[in-house]
Amino acid sequence: MSFIPHTPEDVRQMLGELDIQSIDALFDEVPPELLVRDLPGLAPAMNEMEMLQHMGDRAAANFNGLCFMGAGAYEHHIPSAVWDIAARGEFMTAYTPYQAEASQGTLQLVYEYQSMMTALMGMDVSNASLYDGASALAEAVLMAVRGNRKDKTRRILVAGTLNPRYLRATRAIVEPQGITLETLPASDSLCLANISKYEKQASEGFCALVIPMPNFFGQIEDVHGLTDWAHRHQALVIGVVNPVAVNLLVPPGQWGQTGADIAVGDGQPLGLPLASGGPYFGFMCCRQALVRQMPGRLIGKTVDSEGREGYALTLQAREQHIRRAKATSNICTNQGLAVTAATIHMALMGASGLQSVAQSCFAGAHQLSQQLESLPDVERLGGAAYFHEFVIRLPVAPEKVIDEMVSRGILPGYDLGEFFPDLGNALLVCVTEMRSPADIAQYVTALSETLKNLEGAQSC
Amino acid sequence: MLIFENGATGRSAAAQTASSTQVDTHSIPDALLRKQPPALAEVSELQVVRHYTRLSRKNFSIDTHFYPLGSCTMKYNPRGAHKAASLPGFAGLHPLTPARHSQGFLACLFDLQEILREVTGMAAVSLAPMAGAQGEFAGIAMIRAYHLARNDLERNEIIVPTAAHGTNPATATMCGYKVREIPVLADGDVDVEALREAVGPKTAGLMLTNPSTCGVFERKILEIARIVHEAGGLLYYDGANLNAILGKVRPGDMGFDVMHMNLHKTFATPHGGGGPGSGPVAVNERLAPYLPTPLVKKTEAGYAWVTEQELPGSIGPMSAFAGNAGIMLRAYAYALMLGREGMPRVAEFATLNANYLAKRLVDAGYRLAYPERRASHEFIVTLSREAKEWGTTAMDFAKRLLDFGYHAPTTYFPLLVPECFLIEPTETETREELDGFIEAMARIREEAAEKPDWVKSAPYTMPVSRLDDVKAARELDLRYQK
Repeated sequence: MSFIPHTPEDVRQMLGELDIQSIDALFDEVPPELLVRDLPGLAPAMNEMEMLQHMGDRAAANFNGLCFMGAGAYEHHIPSAVWDIAARGEFMTAYTPYQAEASQGTLQLVYEYQSMMTALMGMDVSNASLYDGASALAEAVLMAVRGNRKDKTRRILVAGTLNPRYLRATRAIVEPQGITLETLPASDSLCLANISKYEKQASEGFCALVIPMPNFFGQIEDVHGLTDWAHRHQALVIGVVNPVAVNLLVPPGQWGQTGADIAVGDGQPLGLPLASGGPYFGFMCCRQALVRQMPGRLIGKTVDSEGREGYALTLQAREQHIRRAKATSNICTNQGLAVTAATIHMALMGASGLQSVAQSCFAGAHQLSQQLESLPDVERLGGAAYFHEFVIRLPVAPEKVIDEMVSRGILPGYDLGEFFPDLGNALLVCVTEMRSPADIAQYVTALSETLKNLEGAQSC
Repeated sequence: MLIFENGATGRSAAAQTASSTQVDTHSIPDALLRKQPPALAEVSELQVVRHYTRLSRKNFSIDTHFYPLGSCTMKYNPRGAHKAASLPGFAGLHPLTPARHSQGFLACLFDLQEILREVTGMAAVSLAPMAGAQGEFAGIAMIRAYHLARNDLERNEIIVPTAAHGTNPATATMCGYKVREIPVLADGDVDVEALREAVGPKTAGLMLTNPSTCGVFERKILEIARIVHEAGGLLYYDGANLNAILGKVRPGDMGFDVMHMNLHKTFATPHGGGGPGSGPVAVNERLAPYLPTPLVKKTEAGYAWVTEQELPGSIGPMSAFAGNAGIMLRAYAYALMLGREGMPRVAEFATLNANYLAKRLVDAGYRLAYPERRASHEFIVTLSREAKEWGTTAMDFAKRLLDFGYHAPTTYFPLLVPECFLIEPTETETREELDGFIEAMARIREEAAEKPDWVKSAPYTMPVSRLDDVKAARELDLRYQK
């Protein structure tokens, strides 16, 4: 099966026009020994119905219950209009808007996106997106190294409370350029400790400090103190920000005396489904002074030859298709359609809607955490204020608890043992506005019973 | 009009407000709370729907127009694949759901890895990179890891032909390499003698697209592979043009060690106005230990993730999770519908359409950059004669095409051909559509000869005429401010 429209008569006429006998003749410049005769490893074609039945079976084999897992991807309500419009063929099947006159829809939309994102983050400039939050952080690190001309160390200090997956991906992407990442260890409160503790690490100088907000454990860092400290050391500040939380929490543009220099994060909470991990999008904002160091596309407002307003790609001399080996990044394709959805999402939610979501998340998380703390043998870790995620320590291995709770239709959280075994049986739990009081009650009951069962089993 | 300009203070899409009673946030220090709400639009739900529906209509897209953008493979994006990826069992799945509770998703990824292995002739595949450029990065990072693991530390150059995509040299730089360019000959093939002189103990690898960006098959590919390998370098295949040879010729058989694919080109996933893409990498045995994580493996107990612990040489993950999963699912659905017989038909009909279009454009008076060569899935027309005689440039022809309802081909790329159009019709266009495009091109050529100023001021029927790019860059306006 394929999507080729040619009739035998079309083929006959087209070959006639080319004065050849068969399509095979079109491959006569390929060394004959390279031509493949068959692909025995592939199955015969399915029609659309068969494919959808097969994919339906596969989809049904995945967990499909109440999700209390966050750890970098969050289940929020997505207004119905978001994907109805984003999935219109005019948005979904367009290419990068190089021909501006035939792409004003996408171009204006991205200009609106840049406007919304800078408003949300309190920053001067936003680009048109990067791949995801983790790779956006990697690009922010590269940008900081280009932008901090006083720095000679190529050393980046990273809060040890950053999402460890962001750290891994960032390392993989920046280390070939001789940049080192060093973590500042977290304190028992699951936040960065008193700043004086890090002076020794800072004394050799560093290029930038990476601060998550909220941090990976859901906790709220002292962003003002950390930002001013980094600036006193002539380092830049890169904020890694949750775009829903920032409706409740101080935006990166207002951190400390002068604000963060670069803000990045994953835009997934703004209208993107969990979707097994993507596509999401990475956002990146910065101060005006850094705009020429920015990677990725930027859309600017301008006028046409008759003076009408219009939108176009701008400062393209930063980009790979012009600057080649000297470009600010190799990025070409970004996450355009995800940005389309996020823009429609932000327009629909508005500031009041996004604030209501942030408040509802906050309230739900605190409700659940308080009820869990009252269970015997369950302890909440971390001392600081938190947003919509928190850490609990279980009396048994989280893996077992997860399996048991999944059988009751609840994914109870993320097992921190993968990256933080020292925390001991720790589970990272998330509550968004999607979880009703009844869901929360169900969680408490299920966990309570699960622990009884598992502990009973252990004692036998 | 911008969405913000539709707003009125106090208006909102009230149905989207989350229910919450008064929330007590005093556990958060006051200085860490947001004081002013962001200046977003204050609009109703209908206003939003109407605004963005209207904006969508200012776009050209595959669904509305023939879009023969060279090197971009703008073919039909099957709706069935989109529907499959949107099934709630995939769309609602959290990426960190333990593997034992996401077997259906992992099975799809594993099967896609196997399909891509088969069509590329490679030993192993990782789906991790999120777009072509990230796939390139992963590929060159693997080449780097390979040389480092052998303690071969002097190799600091990546060789790139002058016709290469801009991402190639940019990627080499991101991996810490110096870029060494080699020329392309007048017939479109890489200058093998120049390559022979360029390679040596400093050569880490060569990046090549085949068919090349000149729209022709690199005939001396086996010799090129031998030269690079004998010098101790590795061969990178830029999969941007894989549509030209899908199921007909395999990069693994040509001698490439590593490659990326653009699922948003060859495997028909939508381009989304600039993404998301997906750029899986495939490697031969010697680079398999360095693949980016995560990968999916099949065990007796079911499907499971291959982690960094199991693949200690891995260059690491490229994203927080497993890459652009939804794009992989679409590509998998598409590959299932093509099947064993459908794969080579893609390359055959993409090539037939390109050669037909090239021949008919020559009949209409246009000049090919490589007239002696067989076109691959794309070809280059050079308008240098039209520019010289009438003052009408490739850009002018491109803009005038929009008035005829055709998206312009890629212009001014590759950079070595003056005033060029890189034209890629893809296999999913009918002959009638191609004929319509040929007719429009013929008429524009007549217009250029008779009234060049008319062509030079095009387009006339778009929402805007030509935009002032200089003003856009000089008086940067990157966001709305009240």
